[in-house]
Amino acid sequence: MATVELNGVRKVYAGGVEAVKGVDIKIADKALCVLVGPSGCGKSTLLRMIAGLETISDGTVSIDGKVVNTIGPAERDIAMVFQNYALYPHMKVYDNMAYGLRNRGMKKPEIDERVKRAAETLELSALLDRRPRELSGGQRQRVAMGRAIVRNPKVFLFDEPLSNLDAKLRGQMRVEIKNLQRALGVTSVYVTHDQLEAMTLADQLVVMNGGLVEQIGAPLDIYEQPASTFVASFIGAPPMNLLGSEQGTKGASLTVGDLSGLGVTVPPGTTTLGVRPEDFRLDAPAAEGLRTELTVVAVEPVGAESFLHGTASDFRMVVRVPGRSSAQPGDRVPVWAERFKLHFFDRNGRRVQA
Amino acid sequence: MSPRVTFPHKVLPYLLVAPQLAITGVFFYWPASQAIYQSTLREDPFGLNSAFVGLDNFRRVLSDPNYVNSIQVTAIFTVATALLAMAVALFLAVMVDKVIRGRDFYRTLMIWPYAVAPAIAGMLWLFMFNPSMGTFAYMLRSAGVYWDPLLNGNQAMLLVIVAAAWKQISYNFLFFVAGLQAIPKTLVEAAAIDGAGETKRFWTIIFPLLAPTTFFLLVINTTYAFFDTFGIIHAVTGGGPGKSTETLVYKVYNDGFVNLILGDSAAQSVILMVIVIALTAIQFRYVEKKVHYG
Repeated sequence: MATVELNGVRKVYAGGVEAVKGVDIKIADKALCVLVGPSGCGKSTLLRMIAGLETISDGTVSIDGKVVNTIGPAERDIAMVFQNYALYPHMKVYDNMAYGLRNRGMKKPEIDERVKRAAETLELSALLDRRPRELSGGQRQRVAMGRAIVRNPKVFLFDEPLSNLDAKLRGQMRVEIKNLQRALGVTSVYVTHDQLEAMTLADQLVVMNGGLVEQIGAPLDIYEQPASTFVASFIGAPPMNLLGSEQGTKGASLTVGDLSGLGVTVPPGTTTLGVRPEDFRLDAPAAEGLRTELTVVAVEPVGAESFLHGTASDFRMVVRVPGRSSAQPGDRVPVWAERFKLHFFDRNGRRVQA
Repeated sequence: MSPRVTFPHKVLPYLLVAPQLAITGVFFYWPASQAIYQSTLREDPFGLNSAFVGLDNFRRVLSDPNYVNSIQVTAIFTVATALLAMAVALFLAVMVDKVIRGRDFYRTLMIWPYAVAPAIAGMLWLFMFNPSMGTFAYMLRSAGVYWDPLLNGNQAMLLVIVAAAWKQISYNFLFFVAGLQAIPKTLVEAAAIDGAGETKRFWTIIFPLLAPTTFFLLVINTTYAFFDTFGIIHAVTGGGPGKSTETLVYKVYNDGFVNLILGDSAAQSVILMVIVIALTAIQFRYVEKKVHYG
C-alpha cells in the first residue's frame, strides 16, 4: 500500500535541543519497522514527525513517494495508536471507532459495516456500547487498535502501545499485533524501548541512540552482527558481555581489564571484545577461541536456563547455561567460546570485522 | 471506600464539628428562620407592633405587578450574565491555551478584574458609560448611538449585564484554563489524526470533556447573578430607570430597608430562597446527567 521514507530528518526544539540529528530510513511496503532505543533517543519524536504532530526542522518525510512535510496529520492518511490509547472518554466504543470515519464524511451504512467488521476482528463486538472507562486495559488497547484499522490507512503508527499492560497481556497482544499487521498488510512504524518487543515484531529494526540511527537491519542480523557496542549491549537479554582494554566512549557499559589473558588474537584496532552469554560453552574446548576460567559470584536459575554471574581475568561477565546448573558461588568454572562467535569493536565502539 | 474513622472519645467528634455547625447556625439557619417568621407578620406604620397574618404577605407580593416585573428582570439578567461571562471566559481560555510565549503574563492580567470589589466595578462602568461624562458614552454618541442608560431601561440593563459579566469573567477564565489543561493532549492529537478540524475538535472533544467545569461554573454563575451582583446594580442603576433593572435581591433590599415594608420583604426573601434551591436542584438533577466525569 505505501512506503515510508525519511531523508536527513532533523528535529530542533525551540530551546535549541536537537532531538533528532539527521535520520535516513526507508521502510518497504507492508513492512513492520520497529524503532527501538533508550528513552530520550528521539524515537517518539521521529514517529510524531511521521504522524504530522511535530514539525520537521530539516529533511523530508515521504509517504507513498510523496513528501508530506507540510501536510497536516489528517491528510497523511495514517492512523496512530497512542501509549495511553487516547480514547475519547465521553464516547462509546462504537463512536470512538466511527469518529474518524464520520469526520471524513463516510455514509452511515458503510461506517456501520466497517466498525462491526473491525470489532469482530478484535473481539470487541460485545463491548460496542460501553464507554472506555468501563473497559480493562487490554480491551482499551483493542479499541485503540480498532480505531486505527477501521480507517484502512496507508500507514499505522504505534507509540509504545503495550507499555501500559501487564507482562502476560503484553506478550499476548504482541502476537496479535504482529498477526493483524501481517493480515492487513499495512506498512507500520512501531516505537518501543523494549528490545524483546522489538526483536519479535520487527521486519526491519532501527536501533536509535542520542538522536541518531545506530543500525538498521533485520532483527537477527542486528543480533548477530551488532554495528556498535551500544547496539550490542541494547539488543539481547541479558546483554552481551563487553570486555574492554580501555574505557569505552559512549552508552555501552563495559568492564575493563587485560584482553591478552583470554587467549584470543584480536584484529588490529580492537579495544573491546564482545561475547553473548549464550555463546559461552562449558564443554572441552574443541576449536580456536576465547578460553578463561569463571569465578562464580551468583547463580540465577530461570528454569529452562541458568545464568552464572562471575568474574574472569578482571572482567565481570554473565554466562548462560542450559537447564539447571550445579555451580555454586565461589566455584571456578572453565568456559570457552568459538572465535567466530566473538564480536570486536574499536575505540569508538564501532564493529571491527574479524 | 475509605475506612470509617473512629474516635476513642465520645465528645471529641462533636467538639470538632461544633465551630462549623455554629457558623452555619448563626449565619444561615437563624436568619433564614427569622425571615420565614417575619414573612408571616405585618407591622403597623410606626413599627410598634406586628400581627400574625399567615400567608397574606405572600399573596400580596405575588399579585404585585412590580414583583412579576422583578422576576422577569432577574431571569433576563441572570441568563444573560451567566451566558456572557461563561462564553467570553471560555473563548479567552481557549485562546490563551494556544499562546506559548508569555502565557503566564496573559493569565495574570486576565485574573486581575476578579480582585475588584463589586461596587468599585460598578462605579467604573458607570463612569465609563455615564451619558454626561463617560468616555465610552461619548464615543457611542459620536458613532451615532443614542446612548442614555439613565432614561432607557434596555440600555441600563445592558450596562449592568456587561458590568456584572465582566467581573465574573476572570473567575470563569481561571476554571476554564485549568479545565483545558486537564484534557490530555493526546486526545486532541488523536482527533487531529482522525481528521477533525480545529472547530470540530473543539465541539466534539474539548467542549464535552470540559462539561464538568462548565456545569460547576453554571451553578456558580447563576448564584452569582442572583445574589452577588447587588453591589453592581446598586452602584450603576439603583434598580432604575423605572424598576427596569430591579432584580429580586434588589427589590428585597428596596422594600425592606428603604421602604421598611418588612413583612413583604421577608416574604420575598423566602420566595427567593425557594427559587434558588429549586434552580440548584434542577441543575443537579437534570443538567448534571449530561456531564461525564473523566
